[in-house]
Amino acid sequence: MKTTLIATGLLAMASVAFAQEKPLLTVYTYDSFISEWGPGPQVEAVFEATCSCDLQFVGAGDGAALLARMRLEGTHTKADIVLGLDTNLTAAAAGTGIFAPHGVELSQLDLPLVWDDTTFVPFDWGYFAFVYDTGIVTNPPNSMKSLAESDLKIVIQDPRSSTPGLGLLLWIRSAYGDRAPDIWDSLADNIVTVTKGWSEAYGMFLGGEADMVLSYTTSPAYHLIAENDASKAAASFVEGHYMQIEVAGKVASSDQPELADIFLDFMISEAFQSIISTTNWMYPAVTPAAGLPDGFDTLISPEFALIYPSGEAAGIRDVALKEWLTALRK
Amino acid sequence: MIRYWPGLLVASLVGALTLGTLGAVAWRAPIWGGLGSEDWGAIRFTLLQAVMSAVISVALAVPVARALARRSFPGKPVLVTLLGASFILPVIVAVLGLLAIFGRNGLLSTALGWVGLPPVQIYGLHGVVLAHVFFNMPLATRMILQGWLSMPAERFRLAASLGFGSRDTARLLEWPMLCTVLPGTAMVIFVICATSFAVALALGGGPKATTVELAIYQAFRFDFDLGKAALLGVVQFAICAVAAAVMFRVHVPESTGGGLDRAVARWDVHTPVLRGLDMTWIGFATIFLLLPLGMVLLAGLPGLVNLPGSVAGAAARSISVALVSAGLTVLAALSMAVAIQGLRVRRVSKVIEGIGYLSIAASPLVIGTGMFIVIFPFANPVALALPVTALVNVAMSLPFALRAIVPALTEVEGRFGHLADSLSLTGWARLRWLYLPRLRRPLGFSAGLAAALSMGDLGVIALFSDPKAATLPLQLYQLMAAYRMQEAAGVALILLVLSLAVFWLFDRGGG
Repeated sequence: MKTTLIATGLLAMASVAFAQEKPLLTVYTYDSFISEWGPGPQVEAVFEATCSCDLQFVGAGDGAALLARMRLEGTHTKADIVLGLDTNLTAAAAGTGIFAPHGVELSQLDLPLVWDDTTFVPFDWGYFAFVYDTGIVTNPPNSMKSLAESDLKIVIQDPRSSTPGLGLLLWIRSAYGDRAPDIWDSLADNIVTVTKGWSEAYGMFLGGEADMVLSYTTSPAYHLIAENDASKAAASFVEGHYMQIEVAGKVASSDQPELADIFLDFMISEAFQSIISTTNWMYPAVTPAAGLPDGFDTLISPEFALIYPSGEAAGIRDVALKEWLTALRK
Repeated sequence: MIRYWPGLLVASLVGALTLGTLGAVAWRAPIWGGLGSEDWGAIRFTLLQAVMSAVISVALAVPVARALARRSFPGKPVLVTLLGASFILPVIVAVLGLLAIFGRNGLLSTALGWVGLPPVQIYGLHGVVLAHVFFNMPLATRMILQGWLSMPAERFRLAASLGFGSRDTARLLEWPMLCTVLPGTAMVIFVICATSFAVALALGGGPKATTVELAIYQAFRFDFDLGKAALLGVVQFAICAVAAAVMFRVHVPESTGGGLDRAVARWDVHTPVLRGLDMTWIGFATIFLLLPLGMVLLAGLPGLVNLPGSVAGAAARSISVALVSAGLTVLAALSMAVAIQGLRVRRVSKVIEGIGYLSIAASPLVIGTGMFIVIFPFANPVALALPVTALVNVAMSLPFALRAIVPALTEVEGRFGHLADSLSLTGWARLRWLYLPRLRRPLGFSAGLAAALSMGDLGVIALFSDPKAATLPLQLYQLMAAYRMQEAAGVALILLVLSLAVFWLFDRGGG
């Protein structure tokens, strides 16, 4: 009896030891990526089925918080991969020296632009847009200018605390250049309020507080596919829409560099990419062989994709924030 | 001396959590800049809205508390509990509830539309103040109500036998009581409002409503300027310290004698006019505080049908966090109160009491980041999620618990301290036979509030939490971020009901 117990104990210990022998890949990402409703759980299951490793996600707020965390941790970080920065943050992120070049073959990417970043690999992307209810707004504006001239009420996010909020700043700046302050001046009376994050703004919009909300062109796809509700649409603007490209990078100090490379390759493979569209509600960086899910074909496709090269975004950001604060404080 | 050690230990832990984390952030900062004009604007707005919110919350709470204190009606304990609900809800839920009444598309605007009037313009300074009053008037009401309930029945008997009218009672009995209760109450609410961020921004209508906390947020995540963040953290403490200094100066310690715990009977308030007045105030508070909550309930009902299965686990985690926090908070607050009350050097005891209030003046972002800086070199922050959660929850509930327990303990010691000393009632015996029975009401209130607050709060915890083992508020935010607003509303409903239930469990409506 005693020996059985000891044997069981030894077996249990052996299995623990075996579990520890599996290499551990730590991926830092934003919170909503790993929630039950985000891509995280599926990505983890699919990757672990083939990698004979333990993939561990660690959540760290949103994209900007993720970068702040990497700056705090520096080269002592336990992260092997950081997933969820966007092109507004990549220049600053690369400047920290924490990231290593990726070496991933990127010819199959389906982005509306040429991707030549050697440090970060894109995994999904989207366009910012104003989303509205077609039953309420029957004559949607077709440009930022016509929105500003209309009586439509919008709710936006604060660029200091939210990614879409910053996106709108850069959108207006890239489309209108030095005339951006005028646009903000005339938009001021359309803005019902400014919220800390996307969730508050979207919740207020659905509650009827505003006619339109700053979100993504892909937002209506959620309502159509998950709720069978075709009433939401994004307004298409003639000047084009600003893009958000979400990327991942490999940490230079990683103790699992090979595994990290395998993960980055996996990230732009069919298995990962086919999960993205209906969990993150963004466009996958590589369109899956079966195409996008039904419903994505109903979305608007902007004529011009606006985006600042990541090196320029950081400098423009500070100018644009000053203009924004000045216009909305009047 | 030995009975003061637990209190001193708690005080040093809270000090480390608040000032220590600020120090850690400052220590990591490579450079130190000054404050810009933007920051001074934020400071001005913060002061303005916090003073207005505190004054209005207290001014409205006095007549409501008086009405609740001198009227009894069926269901009063339940109403008192319900009136406290807006204070314990997650901010995002309460704001959506408030907008369902006062927003552009809210009930009030709809009603105005029927009579041909334009919708309510809620966004602006007045909106910020309205929201802060909505959140904090319940707290003010409860604190002031405790003041009324602590007045011995004998005083009112004596007043009646001397032929006092309600005006004399107000001037000679109630006003002195209010003088001891109001400054502290106003101070606590001022500090809560001074550290507000998301509410002020959303209802303020834009960057005009930038508070110091938002400036800290910007320094962290937009500029990654730790020096600026630490400096603003210091500013936030300084604002709160000045408020506290002003209030402590006004504070008059109570010195009238005790009573025999008879039920309070009032002979001065049975006129129809006063009854009508009281009922009007209770009616006003009920409508103002409960209608938005009713909207939260209504919005949540459809979401209950298709709740994710993980809600049960999240609810269980939230309840256990709440119960642990309640227990620890009562222990921490009582040991601090014993030290504050007992230490002979008044200045030392004031410093300890001040430390107890630091946590509401601290920026959650600074605490979280500071703790991260301290912990990261030695341990995995996620592995420490539980102790960190417990510590933060206790620290966040401590100010309210101290507010309730310290005056009560001072009175108990004043009335029974000498008797207890002469009976050599010390240590556990004093706790068992003197404190627990005499402090039942404030202890219950503190435990209930701590439980409810830790159930609904996210704050600092998000930095350390494991998203796979979410609590209810975290799950609520995750659902909202995943577009699932209806399920999120369902989770909010469950959170509201559970928070009220744990609060009721300990507090029983203050009875």
